[in-house]
Amino acid sequence: MSNKTKLPVGQEAIEEFGWMYAHRFLLLRRATQFFFLAIFLLGPWFGIWWFKGNLSGSMTFNFLPLNDPFITVQSFAALHWPETTALIGAVIVGVIYALIGGRVYCSWVCPINPVTDGAHWIHEKLGMQKGWQPKHNTRYWILAMVVAVSAATGTIAWEFVNPISMLHRGLIFGMGFAWAFVVAVFLFDIFVSRRGWCGHLCPVGTFYGLLGTKSVVRISAVKRSECDDCMDCFAVCPEMHVISPALRGKDEDTALILSPDCTNCGRCIDVCAMDVFKFTHRFDDTPAPGRVQRTRTQPATGASKAA
Amino acid sequence: MSAHIRNTSSMDRRRFLQDSARGLTGCAVAGMGLAYFISDARALPAQALRPPGALSEPDFLAACIRCGLCVRDCPYDTLVLAELGEDGAATGTPYFTARDIPCEMCEDIPCVAACPTGALDKDLTNIDDADMGVAVLIDEETCLNALGLRCDVCYRVCPVIDEAITLERSHNERSGHHAIFMPTVHADKCTGCGKCEKSCVLPNEAAIKVLPRRIARADAADHYKLGWEDRNPLVDDLIDLPDRLPGPGTDNLVAPGGYLPATEGIPEASMDGGFNPGLKLPGTGGSN
Ligand code: SF4
Ligand code: SF4
Ligand code: SF4
Ligand code: SF4
Repeated sequence: MSNKTKLPVGQEAIEEFGWMYAHRFLLLRRATQFFFLAIFLLGPWFGIWWFKGNLSGSMTFNFLPLNDPFITVQSFAALHWPETTALIGAVIVGVIYALIGGRVYCSWVCPINPVTDGAHWIHEKLGMQKGWQPKHNTRYWILAMVVAVSAATGTIAWEFVNPISMLHRGLIFGMGFAWAFVVAVFLFDIFVSRRGWCGHLCPVGTFYGLLGTKSVVRISAVKRSECDDCMDCFAVCPEMHVISPALRGKDEDTALILSPDCTNCGRCIDVCAMDVFKFTHRFDDTPAPGRVQRTRTQPATGASKAA
Repeated sequence: MSAHIRNTSSMDRRRFLQDSARGLTGCAVAGMGLAYFISDARALPAQALRPPGALSEPDFLAACIRCGLCVRDCPYDTLVLAELGEDGAATGTPYFTARDIPCEMCEDIPCVAACPTGALDKDLTNIDDADMGVAVLIDEETCLNALGLRCDVCYRVCPVIDEAITLERSHNERSGHHAIFMPTVHADKCTGCGKCEKSCVLPNEAAIKVLPRRIARADAADHYKLGWEDRNPLVDDLIDLPDRLPGPGTDNLVAPGGYLPATEGIPEASMDGGFNPGLKLPGTGGSN
């Protein structure tokens, strides 16, 4: 383990490139997350009705329908065949995320992401244990459960509790006590389970993850041979298990991060002082030699700083 | 070695089964919790009316994605999305409260046009066919018209005036020489727009209220045949049935002994439903 492991996450990158550059994807993401909230507030706040609705369903310039495909799937399960407008909207959204990475929704759009990121920041500041960590496939069980409950109750089940729409719709149309769901997720992530909500439970993220299994846009650890084991990418990644196969791969293994769990958040790019990661596409076959085995043997698990 | 491998693989399988069982149970419990929450949260209060064209409530909750596009396109700000914890509909679904802002029954029905999912049914093309609820004159003790005054406001504002609400005249027993003009709603014509409830001049609660049809209406009693309705075959048959008449062995009051001389107390044969000498009398009286 290199001595740099003990430095704060991203320290070297900040020293190397400056704070802004070492947070460029984080800042961009906060900007897009704000954007997808702000455009819907233009109407109620300023009377500019270019974008109507919310993340569940919207109408842009009275022309472009966009609909949440996961809600559409639940509607099918509840035996309602939506009208063409909603179907077109769902297909458009579905195709976009299938191409750019399903969980791009999580890190670039979802309004709960700043909440759980904030919770994680506090969680780290408090030096909490990682707490309850459900099995990796728990999220798929939950996804199946939601669809089953939709079918059993004949309703779009997740929308009764979904903290994402509670927050997004709440901010745009009025919240009531819906903030309680958001606070619950926030506290859950601080005290009960590290990265618990987005990383293990949220069926919306799981659905989008499945949608993006074959997505074109991917992160690659293309300069993995230069990795100096600072472990910052593992520490900053919300789904750190996705990094090892690419970063620690041998010459013949792909350097692409192909797990659908990767949210394409770009934080690994931000924090890496050695510039190992970059955004690319899944057909990128730039040769990416694995690391030369150092004389000093590396510990097998890369997550010591994060754990 | 091979025993060892078999051992680990059987342990793996056991582990896998255990994990699956755990996952399945956990999700079943969570799923039941969610289903229970849904059954609780979907209760629709009587005062929360769905927009025009809304599917029946169970179908509506399978269709409405809570996008609020209907709310946005309503020119009168009638519709709102329910907020959690207030006494409205399921969180985020559209509804309106007639006493606050009623539906103005737009001819082009923009709310229905805006709905992307069909939760508001595009088959509704004539707003007069809308069925958001039914107005009910709910307090006949405070309604000014019911007291014999001439308020008439609910009647005047009704967009379907003289069809959905009429004023039914009756004698004013209290004063002895005035009339009462009773606002009377005809459920087949009332759209449930709520203009009447909004306009009722009484302070606070209105004397006339729009209620969802499921609350406002009783099912017709189809085991009773209404004889004054035209062409009712069952009733026509009934009229032909023999009337119960005094005769030997009956307990008819006219004839305590069960016997009456043929010349007394028998209705004229010419009267409607009267005695028809051609009929054979039932032995011990039927029950019709
Ligand atoms: S691998 Fe990189 S882009 Fe993917 S989730 Fe982790 S930090 Fe984000
Ligand atoms: S018919 Fe008009 S007033 Fe009534 S709810 Fe629809 S848009 Fe609003
Ligand atoms: S427009 Fe349709 S789907 Fe959207 S909130 Fe209104 S009724 Fe529901
Ligand atoms: S709700 Fe009232 S005003 Fe509207 S149609 Fe019915 S009776 Fe008329």
